[in-house]
Amino acid sequence: MTAPNPVTIDPPVERSLGRRVASWLYSRPRTQLRLLLAWPLGWMTAAYFGSLLILLLGAFWTKDSLTGKVIPFSWSLDAFGNLFGAEVYRTVAFRTIGIAVLVTLTAALLAFPIAYYMARIASPRTRRLLVVAVVMPLWAAYLVKIFAWRTILQGNGVLEWVLSPFGFESSGLVELVNSWLVLTYLWLPYMILPVFAGLERIPNSLLEASADLGGRAGVTFRRVVLPLVFPALVAGSIFTFSLSLGDYIVPDLVSDTKFIGNIIYDNSTLGNVPLAAAYALLPIVVVIGYLLVARRLGAFESL
Amino acid sequence: MTESAWVRIGVRVMAVITLGFLYLPLVILAVHAFNPSRYLAWPPTGFTLHWFADAASNPGLHKAIINSLIAGVGATVLALILGTLAAMAIQRFRFFGRDTISFLLVLPIALPGVVTGIALQTTFRTAGISLGLATIIVGHATFCVVIVYNNVIARLRRLPRSSEEASADLGADTFLTFRLITLPAMRTALLAGALLAFALSFDEVIVTTFTAGPGTQTIPMWILGSLQRPQELPVVNVVAFLLILVSVIPVYFAQRIGGEAIGITR
Repeated sequence: MTAPNPVTIDPPVERSLGRRVASWLYSRPRTQLRLLLAWPLGWMTAAYFGSLLILLLGAFWTKDSLTGKVIPFSWSLDAFGNLFGAEVYRTVAFRTIGIAVLVTLTAALLAFPIAYYMARIASPRTRRLLVVAVVMPLWAAYLVKIFAWRTILQGNGVLEWVLSPFGFESSGLVELVNSWLVLTYLWLPYMILPVFAGLERIPNSLLEASADLGGRAGVTFRRVVLPLVFPALVAGSIFTFSLSLGDYIVPDLVSDTKFIGNIIYDNSTLGNVPLAAAYALLPIVVVIGYLLVARRLGAFESL
Repeated sequence: MTESAWVRIGVRVMAVITLGFLYLPLVILAVHAFNPSRYLAWPPTGFTLHWFADAASNPGLHKAIINSLIAGVGATVLALILGTLAAMAIQRFRFFGRDTISFLLVLPIALPGVVTGIALQTTFRTAGISLGLATIIVGHATFCVVIVYNNVIARLRRLPRSSEEASADLGADTFLTFRLITLPAMRTALLAGALLAFALSFDEVIVTTFTAGPGTQTIPMWILGSLQRPQELPVVNVVAFLLILVSVIPVYFAQRIGGEAIGITR
């Protein structure tokens, strides 16, 4: 130890711009949040919520009775007067909501057994295969599936071929039943998947406990399984209900009936924006109401 | 196990019937692709590859495929950026209105497409923006954002903060940590979200109808338009059959990624 080591001093670190921005941001979490949110919220507001607002306003625009042209930003309640004045709009609304409820109930009834089988009876290998089998039709195109049903239901299709030996005829692409059938088919996987996930989450011990306490299978099902899987059923119903409620292509392509969506579509293509917009408020209110109820029931955690 | 033998058999039979219901229309469609009947009469009376040749030489279809690809890629890129930013903000910060934002992001897929469609169309028309491929991308991106958002936020919830904190302790700044830790951890979630967003855009017809100007067609619009012309039925059927075959690709990738791409389960 003759000479002490000279004290070395690090040369000052050259701090890059990115590094300086990062350390500036580090102490300002609110700024970080604003920077993160600005883009998605700005986009959604400009492109989507702004448009919804314009649509909302559009319900109160005036339609010139002589030329039939819509004058933007000139206010009137004519569209609502027309809506409440004509019986047909009420009939269509009840028909659409009725079918949406019916599709939801049918999908739930069909989904439950297969979801139960997947979650609690099938072997892990079969379960994995079944999940793929249920997901597959979900990825097949929407119009492709409707098209497939059209070829089945049409006059010279598979249905006619099956029915004709019994002396029945296919009614072709006319009846409302067709819409119920095809909508159920389209949205069924959206019901199966959450219900399957919900059933899979129920621990076996709960069912055993119920049996130990003397609960028969029916009681266990009603008082243990059903309450636990209910939020998942509601989660699935969000899809089956709101997708059926807004559809206008299915009733147009497989039935000869009008849904809410058809009235909106027809009026907007005819240039009657106020009436289309006013009628569109109905599905908007119904779906938002449904979502709020579903959220209260805990369905969002099961999505 | 609490189910009796009868319940197990009953459930199994119901499961098989439901599965049959899901697949029967797709099988019939596949058979029709080779059906020589111009009106797709059942049962088929022969075998032909004629309609495949017709589909291959359909010029409207070619343009529609290219438009669909451009719209899908555009909407997916926008959705990836916006969805990831939103997910990071919602997952990493606690602030007033947080629940409202996550609720609002769901609206574009929950509200009927026809509502979104005329809302966008009315706005574009009022603002004097001409409709075309760009407006289709804007329309698709609105409902694709939530898909990416859902996938990314689910991943972020499971990503422990400790690895990011360790990275910071070792001297990495926010951006370096994001690049080396957060982004690699989110990679499969982003891929799954992108896959789903693209598929959704590729399949969408209602919002597209309202936001496409005259002359711009995507594949679903081409199918819808061709349904009005009965003589094109077999060609539409062939395209439908090919689309089903193509839809196997994302399912395969989703399984490889780990089954998260379903987007609505857990």
